[in-house]
Amino acid sequence: MKFTLAWLREHLDTAEPLDALARTLTMIGLEVEAIEDKGKALGAFTIARVIEAKQHPNADRLRVCIVDTGTGEPVQVVCGAPNARTGMTGVFSPPGTYIPGKKITLGVGTIRGVESRGMLVSEAEMELSDDHDGIIDLPADAPIGESYAKWAGLDDPVIEINLTPNRPDCAGVHGIARDLAAADMGKFIDPAPKPVRGTFPCPVAVTIEAPELCPGFALRLVRGAKNGPSPAWLQKRLIAIGLRPINALVDITNFMTFDRGRPLHVFDAAKVHGNLTVRRAKAGESLLALDGRIYPLDESVCVIADNKAVESLSGIMGGEETGCSAATTDVLIESALWTPLNIAQTGRKLGINSDARYRFERGVDPAFMVPGLELATQMVLDFCGGTPSEILVAGSAHAEDRIIEFPVAEVKRLSGLDVPLPETKRVLTHLGFFVAGTGETVKVAVPSWRPDIEGKADIVEEVVRIIGVDRVPPTPFPRGDDARKPVLTMPQVRTRRAKRALAARGMVEAVTWSFIGKAQAELFGSGSAALALANPIAADLSDMRPSLIPGLVASAQKNADRGFPDVALFEVGQVFRGDQPQDQLIAASGVRRALAKAAGIGRHWSGNGEVDAFDAKADALSVLMAAGAPPQAMQVVPGGPAWLHPGRSGTIQIGPQNVLGYFGELHPRALQALDATGPLVVFEVMLDRIPEPKAKPTRAKPALELSAFQPVTRDFAFTVDRAVKAGDIVRATQNVDRKLIANVTVFDVYEGANIETGKKSIAIAVTLQPREKTMTDEEIDAVAKKIIAEVGKRTGGVLRG
Amino acid sequence: MTDITTLEIDTMDAVAAAGDEAALEAVRVAALGKSGSVSALLKTLGGMTPEQRKEQGPLINGLKERVTAALAARRDALKGAALDARLNTETVDVTLPVRETPAETGRIHPVSQVIDELTTIFADMGFAVAEGPDIETDDLNFTMLNFPEGHPAREMHDTFYFNPKPDGTRMLLRTHTSPVQIRTMLSQKPPIRVIIPGRTYRSDSDQTHTPMFHQVEGLVIDKGSHLGHLKWILQEFCKAFFEVDNVKMRFRPSYFPFTEPSLEVDIQCRKSKDEVRFGEGEDWLEILGCGMVHPNVLRNCGLDPDEYQGFAWGMGIDRIAMLKYGMPDLRPFFEADVRWLSHYGFRPLDFPTLAGGLST
Repeated sequence: MKFTLAWLREHLDTAEPLDALARTLTMIGLEVEAIEDKGKALGAFTIARVIEAKQHPNADRLRVCIVDTGTGEPVQVVCGAPNARTGMTGVFSPPGTYIPGKKITLGVGTIRGVESRGMLVSEAEMELSDDHDGIIDLPADAPIGESYAKWAGLDDPVIEINLTPNRPDCAGVHGIARDLAAADMGKFIDPAPKPVRGTFPCPVAVTIEAPELCPGFALRLVRGAKNGPSPAWLQKRLIAIGLRPINALVDITNFMTFDRGRPLHVFDAAKVHGNLTVRRAKAGESLLALDGRIYPLDESVCVIADNKAVESLSGIMGGEETGCSAATTDVLIESALWTPLNIAQTGRKLGINSDARYRFERGVDPAFMVPGLELATQMVLDFCGGTPSEILVAGSAHAEDRIIEFPVAEVKRLSGLDVPLPETKRVLTHLGFFVAGTGETVKVAVPSWRPDIEGKADIVEEVVRIIGVDRVPPTPFPRGDDARKPVLTMPQVRTRRAKRALAARGMVEAVTWSFIGKAQAELFGSGSAALALANPIAADLSDMRPSLIPGLVASAQKNADRGFPDVALFEVGQVFRGDQPQDQLIAASGVRRALAKAAGIGRHWSGNGEVDAFDAKADALSVLMAAGAPPQAMQVVPGGPAWLHPGRSGTIQIGPQNVLGYFGELHPRALQALDATGPLVVFEVMLDRIPEPKAKPTRAKPALELSAFQPVTRDFAFTVDRAVKAGDIVRATQNVDRKLIANVTVFDVYEGANIETGKKSIAIAVTLQPREKTMTDEEIDAVAKKIIAEVGKRTGGVLRG
Repeated sequence: MTDITTLEIDTMDAVAAAGDEAALEAVRVAALGKSGSVSALLKTLGGMTPEQRKEQGPLINGLKERVTAALAARRDALKGAALDARLNTETVDVTLPVRETPAETGRIHPVSQVIDELTTIFADMGFAVAEGPDIETDDLNFTMLNFPEGHPAREMHDTFYFNPKPDGTRMLLRTHTSPVQIRTMLSQKPPIRVIIPGRTYRSDSDQTHTPMFHQVEGLVIDKGSHLGHLKWILQEFCKAFFEVDNVKMRFRPSYFPFTEPSLEVDIQCRKSKDEVRFGEGEDWLEILGCGMVHPNVLRNCGLDPDEYQGFAWGMGIDRIAMLKYGMPDLRPFFEADVRWLSHYGFRPLDFPTLAGGLST
């Protein structure tokens, strides 16, 4: 919402300076977004006369002008404008002036060998219009030396406020003035509009067929008006707030919209066929609107039709057919009420953002429907003359009375601020409320222009915002005597720990979009209709992600494309299995690319290597353990989902029913589908699948058990088929004696010379921890024999000689 | 010169001349071995008279002790020299770089770090952390928050919708974390003190907007909390979060459908080209919106607005991260450029605490 200071002063008798008014506007909830003070910004541009303009000696298209700037010292200026000529009056800017249209600060220059001390400017250079055909050509009587902005009336500061959607009353300057007056910024000027006596009945009848969309409709004809340009003061105001003056009749409606928040419509009566009907449009109807576009209509749209066709989109935009032109002599002025919800829906559906829609969808003052029409009529008569008809009212302009029972203490209850009743009354009365009573509860009648006031809390807001939120004292809010307990839930703790654990492994945390492309979603098992956005912002951000991996792989590739091929990225975040709350899970995923090994990133003199499945396995296990997964219970089995390399991937599970996650090399086909290049390994674990630990009564750790006896370590090397899993050998070994065997480590895996083709050698170190006595050689040998036998039985492994 | 003296001089010369441990051993055998020269002298003691022995004994034994000591000393010297010689060949180039420490190269995203900071500050004031789903119903995201159907305030949110279901309803991506306020009020009894961090979505994309961003909201419901408490909490928060002694705040009336009265909050700052400083300067920077929970919202959650009251506030996590840590643009937060992440990210051991400081 924009207006000028002078405009405001027509509704507010005030001596307050602009900055005080602006500060108050912001502090009562009408936030000032910008103040444009052209008088200040263009202060250096003055009116000047070209004493002489002659041809530049070295350039065909330039002229050398001697300019009288009013200082008595003529100034030489080189000018390239085709209209520069001797005797003309124009606008001059001296060196040091900032030229807004060119975004430069003028200096003294030499152009083709001739010195130039300033500039004669065009409107485009002053950013007043797009006109850069020539320099500004002023009437000969314009006063030399005076500020151009002041002379041209551009020195009225334009104030723009960021209007919140609850305040349609402040979509007019009048309402803004009322708020300022309530905040002690002056006296509100609010004379009641004078009715204009009609001399004949309105000849056009109005039928409201859709009263649910149009509670009231007022119409009046003015005959014999002479349309033409509106007065200069009105044009200037409209231009100042960014509107284009069209003709007096149209300008009056725009003025009423911004002056009073009361949109009106004017029909050229000569183009209206018969009577008017307010009704729902019929499917197949359409309207060429005033913006030059044709809108297809249906039954959800409220229209004004005459006997021939639809002529106007109610409350949103008029039709081109019946619009007022310079030739209009008989004008029908419409002032109506429209149901806000329907206006909002229609406007959204048709994609029209008009000033009328803005106001009607927020709610205009029903009690002002007829007074607004009277005001507009008076303006038409003043500017264009003519004879007015009587006002015809269809429906009703009656607003329902809203009275709120208001306990005076409510202000203190919600704001903490003690406001005496007289002060509350004074504020509310200034805002147009009517307050009755003096007891603990008073009756407050809400003015018709405030659709936002529903209840007690709204009244509290009115009082607090006008007397100033600054007066509310900050009040300490103690945390109470409750025991200090952790506030994070288990998933929250896990998420935090997972992030820190992965970062501690040298990985960098990324936050990628929650939505990915459909093809990527499908590749990772989703792409369901329930998870596809109806209005995605881009084709590759269309579906909720079933996995973090597509986003991470794309990010890794982007880094590689930028020249950083060795990246280790992770993300801990939401993935989606469906659209219900329980379908949203927390995943932790990571990707390592090229040389971003867990041991260190990039090439190194101590040894190089590309990422492999074991880097991803280590990441996956470490994040699971950091998040509280029980290490003993986790099993790793070969293989994983289709997007992983079938032979170089694994699944981490606690029994076959509870899969915690996967790791491995990305499948070459998945890599290709994600438009990425490898080598690239990934993991993804679901933090929600980690079993909850049992609650413990105390924080004490179990007693430490230290054996007095030395542990014994024995090495074994088995020859097995290539397909045999090391994990099976380890498990077979552990199963020999779970109590005695404290640890089994795989320390060598070998294929090649001295090993039969199709076989491999796996060497393990077994640590025995006796607890009751030192083991004898015989006892150790007996365990070793059992291990060899058990491994042989379970895996076919043969001890190497 | 006696024989003993001569022998001592010869033996000591030989000890000194031995160039390595093997040569020294040969000297030892020649002197102290079974048939060594000193051993031979010792053997002569047996055939001496007591008087002779009394005179020669100390001389011969003295010789033996001195030779033994000289041998030991020489052996130590040779060993030391041999070690020095070996060490001379055992050098490494200590200027070769070691692998970087993973805990120094890994990074936590600024959004995660700031959520940890917020949690730390508000946990100290007795707030728990509540969360909710990103995919919400229209009811929870709008209607129950007092955004009536078709209300223009809904248009302030450029909402991402899913396709309608057969029954005509359609899910959406939450445009703010406020639906979690409703979920919290529906699932737990007052008194309530929670903060709600999370991802939010609006179909908006330009220099300062991304279709996904992060918000944190706070919610307090009890029987006495009012605007004064809200002002105090937000002041305490701003001082703690921005790590300054003082921060001047401006509370301006505003409008949100789910609060009444509603306020926007600016903080005073000094903006310069590269940074924003709080607690000084002439500029005002809007950082959050807040207000008393709207009676309709309380009613929608089954709470009587004449009995219960409370307040809520909300702000952009990405935005306050930018203000505190000086990132000039929002978009790179979600571009996963490792250069940006390494520069603006936090090391995994930089865990924010009240005791040790939020940032160090």
